Amino acid sequence: MFDSATLRLERANANEREADFVLKETQMIDTRIIRILADIVGKENVSTEKADRLCYSYDATQQKFLPDVVVHPQTAAEISLIMKMANAERIPVFPRGAGSGFTGGSLPTRGGIVLATERMNQIIEIDTENLVATVEPGVVTEQFQQAVEKVDLFYPPDPASLKFSTLGGNVAECAGGPRCVKYGVTKDFIIGLEIVTPQGDIITTGGPTMKGVVGYDLTKLICGSEGTLAIITRIIIKLLPLPEAKQTMLVLFDSIDGAAQAVSNIIGHRIIPATLEFMDGRTLDCVRQATDLQVPEAAQAVLIIEVDGDKEFLAKQAQKIADIIQPLGVVETRIARTAAESEALWQIRRSVSASLRKVNPDKFNEDICVPRSKVPEMIRKVDAISEKYGISIVNFGHAGDGNIHVNVMIDKKVAGEAEKAEKAIEEVFKGALELGGTMSGEHGVGIAKAPYIPLEITEKAADYMKAIKKALDPNNILNPGKIFLDQ
Amino acid sequence: MAKLKDLEDYRDEIEQCVKCGACRAHCPVFGAERREGRVARGKVALSQAVLEGEIDFEAKVMEDLSQCLLCGSCCAGCPNKVPTDEIVAAARRRIAKEKGLSTFGKGVAAILGRPRLMNSLAKTGGKLSALIFKKLPDNSGLRLRFPLPYLEAGRTLPYFTDQPFRERCPERIEGEPGKPTVAFFTGCGINYMYPAVGEAFLKALKFLGVTVIIPKDQACCGLPAVSAGATATVEALAEQNLTALTREPVDYILTACASCNAGLVKVYGDMKGDCAELGIKTRDIFVFLLEQGLAENLAELPSVTNPVRVTYHDPCHLRTQGITKEPRDILKSLPQVEYVEMENAGTCCGLGGTYSVYHYDNSKKIGAKKAGHISASGAELVATDCPGCIMQLQDSINHAGGKQRAVHILELLSEALPEI
Ligand SMILES: Cc1cc2nc3c(=O)[nH]c(=O)nc-3n(C[C@H](O)[C@H](O)[C@H](O)COP(=O)(O)OP(=O)(O)OC[C@H]3O[C@@H](n4cnc5c(N)ncnc54)[C@H](O)[C@@H]3O)c2cc1C
Ligand code: SF4
Ligand code: SF4
Repeated sequence: MFDSATLRLERANANEREADFVLKETQMIDTRIIRILADIVGKENVSTEKADRLCYSYDATQQKFLPDVVVHPQTAAEISLIMKMANAERIPVFPRGAGSGFTGGSLPTRGGIVLATERMNQIIEIDTENLVATVEPGVVTEQFQQAVEKVDLFYPPDPASLKFSTLGGNVAECAGGPRCVKYGVTKDFIIGLEIVTPQGDIITTGGPTMKGVVGYDLTKLICGSEGTLAIITRIIIKLLPLPEAKQTMLVLFDSIDGAAQAVSNIIGHRIIPATLEFMDGRTLDCVRQATDLQVPEAAQAVLIIEVDGDKEFLAKQAQKIADIIQPLGVVETRIARTAAESEALWQIRRSVSASLRKVNPDKFNEDICVPRSKVPEMIRKVDAISEKYGISIVNFGHAGDGNIHVNVMIDKKVAGEAEKAEKAIEEVFKGALELGGTMSGEHGVGIAKAPYIPLEITEKAADYMKAIKKALDPNNILNPGKIFLDQ
Repeated sequence: MAKLKDLEDYRDEIEQCVKCGACRAHCPVFGAERREGRVARGKVALSQAVLEGEIDFEAKVMEDLSQCLLCGSCCAGCPNKVPTDEIVAAARRRIAKEKGLSTFGKGVAAILGRPRLMNSLAKTGGKLSALIFKKLPDNSGLRLRFPLPYLEAGRTLPYFTDQPFRERCPERIEGEPGKPTVAFFTGCGINYMYPAVGEAFLKALKFLGVTVIIPKDQACCGLPAVSAGATATVEALAEQNLTALTREPVDYILTACASCNAGLVKVYGDMKGDCAELGIKTRDIFVFLLEQGLAENLAELPSVTNPVRVTYHDPCHLRTQGITKEPRDILKSLPQVEYVEMENAGTCCGLGGTYSVYHYDNSKKIGAKKAGHISASGAELVATDCPGCIMQLQDSINHAGGKQRAVHILELLSEALPEI
């Protein structure tokens, strides 16, 4: 039984509750447990209302699992108490940031407690001397970026969801974005954490120094662990000086091979652009169909290239890139001179999501990653799969790091299409693995990709990982059933 | 017959929500209170659950659905353009139908629908409200914006005019031959609170030689009733306005109030029935003035040595319709104005029709952010295109201890134009 003394349980039970506090028993959780939770975080931060349970039942996978209770803690100490209680009572706990995940990491698949970090949204410190910041996990990515940019500092990781995703979610998924080709992914900027372990201890990993080799690198272990090994309560982030300026160019190619070759050649010339985004011919077809943006018929692939750095170098570098790629079947090159022009160039990329939807109602968005040079080969494989199953698949993504967003587009209402899509996706994963790639570059495994884990990870490697989980979370309380469905 | 859509009619739009969460970046209510039930995605999920019979309109569902400014910011930022504002309004209508109008909603319907209730209302009200209500006719939407709790919350209110705008001006002002004829839909804000804006409107159109018709029997656009879920009231007001605005042939119906504009264009435009026509003819005043070439006229005016620093606030009801450039263009071409853009000019002021009546605390939080941006811009004046925003902006500035004044662009335009 759970030790009541430490958790002020006695007081919780003895205290008379105010009449307006709704106590509704749910399947897993009785009023006693709700009282304990209310005692830990305050009754206004615990809810068993159906409306709240519904609002915390989904994420961007559009799947839905009702939790029994939603809690909004504010401190590591509160989370520690929640985890201790959850262990004693064997109630699963599901950490949740903004619920923008694409693989269901935050979904309360086994009921229990959703632990939302929405109240933990303070930027604690931006240390301009050491170029290090400390934040709480619920801080929204873009808000953090804007705050550091105000003092001429720079936090590069830029998932497309940066306007709403949380840094806690970014760390848990090791999120990436266009700028990662030059600067690296989320974990490359995380140098320390404060975490609550599955059993409720508060520990710190790493610290505010650029170096540190004492003990195992737990910081890196937690990055990308999808909320299964710890709840992140503080994040120490390394920052860079803000580049003075950036320049954007958009290049239309007559083939995907030309675009891919361009990527290799640019990098071969020792230029690492801040961004190297591509869209394939099928994506452009959708954009042409759904918008009135200017995309010449001859264009079969597009690269959006952004270079950043000192002002004087940029124009020169952009010109150099234009020269390097000119022989590779370039249909047209557009270079932006102002911020507004740059925004106009991005318009094509930003219109993709809505365009796809206009053309097909449902899509499965996978984010495989292959070695950079294998991008054209991978796209040919995808084209073949698309033909085999007679369903439309479009590709776009981060050419610089071989991260391809493969979008399988169907209409779920048409019988058989969902099954076809599933088969096609499995073949896409296999194709990526054959080329030395991975099933997911950014979005993680969660539940969506969990069934495919054996394709990529050997049994021995999986056992190694599961042993870690088992040792740290013997009662399987924290985000159970994620990554490994059988956990 | 004017007929508003049911929640059922929004099934497809609701299904368009892919739960991506992008609206978390745009919803002002969520910005003030970070809970999923407060954001568009949550409100859509709840509406969906109601449609599927998974949940009833229990207290918490109604509370979340009441926490919406109907500002449309979420829809503008949504990759699938899910019209959460319309969905929430439809859900509120369904609540009203199933549960009866809320006390406040009842007030709305009563005031707008049954004129005689006004006296008893004024009697039960405090001194201040009695004073205001005396000056406000029975069917004014402003009555909805100033019920008792609102007045008692320490709010600064504009002065209420003794002589409403539409009572001071003739019903028709003849312009020059060959120039367009327009109907001026004044809305309640200009008519009862800011008649000077109406005067400025007339001066600008006179300058251009446009013929203006100001039908005396036009009514409130009905947006406050939309906000409260009072279906029949909205439909009745739409009918009345249809009669008033189509009596004489006009080329355009002009508004100088963002909310009225959205009322006519979006709410009427979406209705089943003849009222949809009104939406097609309706233009915002600055869109019209630009089309008529006013910017060139302004460019010819002599410049001023001591310009005043002015910034612009985007009313949600224009911004979400894509009208952001035209008001700025006019403002920038005024000789006495030094234009500065403020950060987050496009975020909501926090008024949201009847929202601030129910939720003054959140409304104040949203307004305080705005006041901060205005102050940081260094502007002396914040100009906008909506009486409701002017009122809320001034209230927020006052609470923040600022010195800036909130004005309508038309007032500045009127200053710049020569007397004729
Ligand atoms: C439109 C759109 C575009 C996207 N683009 C990208 C992209 O370009 N790149 C990319 O990498 N991803 C992208 N994503 C996916 C998603 O935004 C990221 O995975 C993001 O990091 C999730 O953050 P979140 O705050 O929404 O976390 P949630 O979805 O709430 O949770 C994600 C995971 O993190 C865990 N978690 C959250 N907070 C904590 C915490 N404090 N401690 C421990 N675990 C925690 C959860 O348990 C869960 O497993 C996109 C999503 C959408 C909807
Ligand atoms: S942005 Fe639109 S699609 Fe995304 S969750 Fe919000 S309402 Fe739904
Ligand atoms: S209409 Fe405005 S307040 Fe309502 S959900 Fe959308 S953004 Fe939020």
